[in-house]
Amino acid sequence: MVSRWSRRGLALAIAALCAIVATSIASAKPAEVAGVQATQAHTLNIYGLGGRDDVAQGRLDIANAVIRGLGHSVNNPQGGFNDQTFLARLAARDIPDLVHMGRDSVGTYAARGILAPLDGCFKAEGIDKNSYRKAALSQVTYRGKLFGAPEFTNQITIIVNNDAAKKAGVDPADIQTTNWKRLKQANKKLLRIENGRLTRIGFDPKIPEFFPLWVKWFGKDMISKDGLKAQLNSREAVAALAYTVGLINDHGGWNKFKAFRDTFDFFGRNNQVAADQISAWPMESFYYNVLAEGNPVNITAKFFTNRKGGPITMLSGNAWAIPKGSKNPGLACKYIKALQADSSWLTVAKNRFDLRKRQGRAFTGLYTAKATADVKIYEDIYQPMGNKDFDQAVALLVRAPRYAFAVPLSPASSEFRQAWIDAINRVLEGRQTPREALDQAQREAQAAIDKAK
Amino acid sequence: MASIASSSEAAGPPQGARRRLSALREKETWTAYLFILPWVLGFVALTAGPMVASLYFSFTDYGVQQIAGFEKTSRVGLENYRTLLEDPKIALSLKNTFVYTLMTVPAKMMVALGLAMILARIAYGAGFFRTVFYLPDITPPVAIGILILVLFNGSVGVVNRALGLIGIPGPFWTTDPNWIKPSLAIMSVWTVGGTMVIYLAALKAVPQHLYEAAAMDGAGPWRRFFNVTLPMISPALFFTFIVLTIAGLQTFTEVYTAYFGAGSTGAEAPDAALMNVVYLFRQAFEFFNMGFASAMAWILFAIIMVITAIQFVVSRRFVFYQGGDKR
Repeated sequence: MVSRWSRRGLALAIAALCAIVATSIASAKPAEVAGVQATQAHTLNIYGLGGRDDVAQGRLDIANAVIRGLGHSVNNPQGGFNDQTFLARLAARDIPDLVHMGRDSVGTYAARGILAPLDGCFKAEGIDKNSYRKAALSQVTYRGKLFGAPEFTNQITIIVNNDAAKKAGVDPADIQTTNWKRLKQANKKLLRIENGRLTRIGFDPKIPEFFPLWVKWFGKDMISKDGLKAQLNSREAVAALAYTVGLINDHGGWNKFKAFRDTFDFFGRNNQVAADQISAWPMESFYYNVLAEGNPVNITAKFFTNRKGGPITMLSGNAWAIPKGSKNPGLACKYIKALQADSSWLTVAKNRFDLRKRQGRAFTGLYTAKATADVKIYEDIYQPMGNKDFDQAVALLVRAPRYAFAVPLSPASSEFRQAWIDAINRVLEGRQTPREALDQAQREAQAAIDKAK
Repeated sequence: MASIASSSEAAGPPQGARRRLSALREKETWTAYLFILPWVLGFVALTAGPMVASLYFSFTDYGVQQIAGFEKTSRVGLENYRTLLEDPKIALSLKNTFVYTLMTVPAKMMVALGLAMILARIAYGAGFFRTVFYLPDITPPVAIGILILVLFNGSVGVVNRALGLIGIPGPFWTTDPNWIKPSLAIMSVWTVGGTMVIYLAALKAVPQHLYEAAAMDGAGPWRRFFNVTLPMISPALFFTFIVLTIAGLQTFTEVYTAYFGAGSTGAEAPDAALMNVVYLFRQAFEFFNMGFASAMAWILFAIIMVITAIQFVVSRRFVFYQGGDKR
């Protein structure tokens, strides 16, 4: 019995081996042809680009055409950047050629040697670094080397709900950030509490997220330019935190404030401005699109100003980066160039303008990390839409990046950010004073930076 | 069943080695091994293997550069474990996790038992209600995480509106650090369907004659519940106690979604919601301290093992197995 089974097994094994050999022989010739082609044709593997609107897709089409025109192909499955997925791909040595990630992540990956510097890429492809916004570049520059090509700017300006200001009897001129005393008085008048319930926010300082902007009011940064020294517990940072928490506490405390803010239909037609739930707050540029597409609103866009009255804004956004170990760094670089060429931006801006015109909707501009592209879009394509509020907002947004700064990259960007966010939350929850919280954050952030550098 | 158990004990067990040898000769034994082989292979490859690897990583500086193969993994001895002791967030996250577990385990057991007892008495429509009660159990945890924020919003949440109807001003569940864990625990009770089904099966298995005998002896409903029902379903209660405790100590998805991930901006992650596994995840996949995260995982594993061992020891006094003594 055993020998019979052994014989059968042996016969099956031989048959299987023959089948494998036969298949290999049969496929040998095409494989050689493919091999010849493979030395010439490559597939550019891209990872991390999630939602694709007309602007994103239009630029992808342009860049894809460039790569395909060179006889190569592009593999760019839809899906936003996710650290876990990226780590899994690194572990499997399935390293993407080109990655789309948040600029605040670039430092963390660059410091750990995961990303390749792009200085050579920019030089080889003739990409002019000076055409990019300095603040945006600073977010992708680590130890003097460039590790990412920034995309948009998301500059922050103050959005004032004119109707709310009018109802509260507040002069829109008092809704400004230069004079904190006046702003606090305006905040108290603008907020609305009915039967003990908060029904309208006065001035939302947008902390923790925009806290660096409030520290910049003093002309100070929360981290040194080289990203190696945390400066979280400076006198100015403590003062900024105390002031902004005070603005929130005027509403009856953080619990009441946040619980109410969480009810906003943030991206909906009946958003917080349309629903008269907020009077004024600093916000990124993309939000003007939401307002333009929602129910009619009456707004004023204003600069966030520093203590001397000068405009300041903070940039954020994504960047394209090439991981170390990319099999096609040269193609990836060509792709970046095609994506971010001024002509590409102009083409998609024109298409969007035409699309919006056909739809009877407002075109609120495109705000890229390239100053040269922005100027061309504004001068060659943008046309006032006849809505004075939004026309005024666009004029302001175009100028805003000139006054921009960005939080410099740190080798422990994620932990650094988390340290000050946690500190602010502790103060908002009333568990620590601003000084105690920021002292603790300073210790945590510096320890993380020291460990990572 | 009791007589079978006692007769086998009276016969006495065969000698260990002989019994094992004779068992191996039986065809059914090999068939059984064949059937469990896929699980064993899966366990070794997907659970035991990664566990051993993570134990090794807990003594190294394993991080993203090592994952990518750009740097060698260096041994750091007990450094990660020392850091664990120094990191105040470890103590905070463990405290949060214990408090949450203490809230959620008894609550889930009591609600599940109550529902199971009601369902055990329903003659018509029991299947419908069983399905209805079980439905939340198949709701994706991510959706539950979002639901927490919607239902428990302190301003317009359904829970506070309901409380308002009876004149109780609801707290700020999702923002007040004192109410974040209770809201998570209450939400976890929503998914008692699985536990309820186990209790229902156990209740159905309680011999009716025990109730009849107790009733004849003059035992009222409470007495019957404490002296008949509870002892008879104690193995099921013990099983769910263990499983729910472990699940509570490992809680992640709902909390992460609500306060650290999709449901939030990530900027308002309250300390009160920082569970141990959430912090572990952040250390591993946001800060890339894989070695440290591995050490965290092993400490949590050790804690769970100790708690489970204590539960087993304590259970000997309270768990009654049919056909045997209390164990």
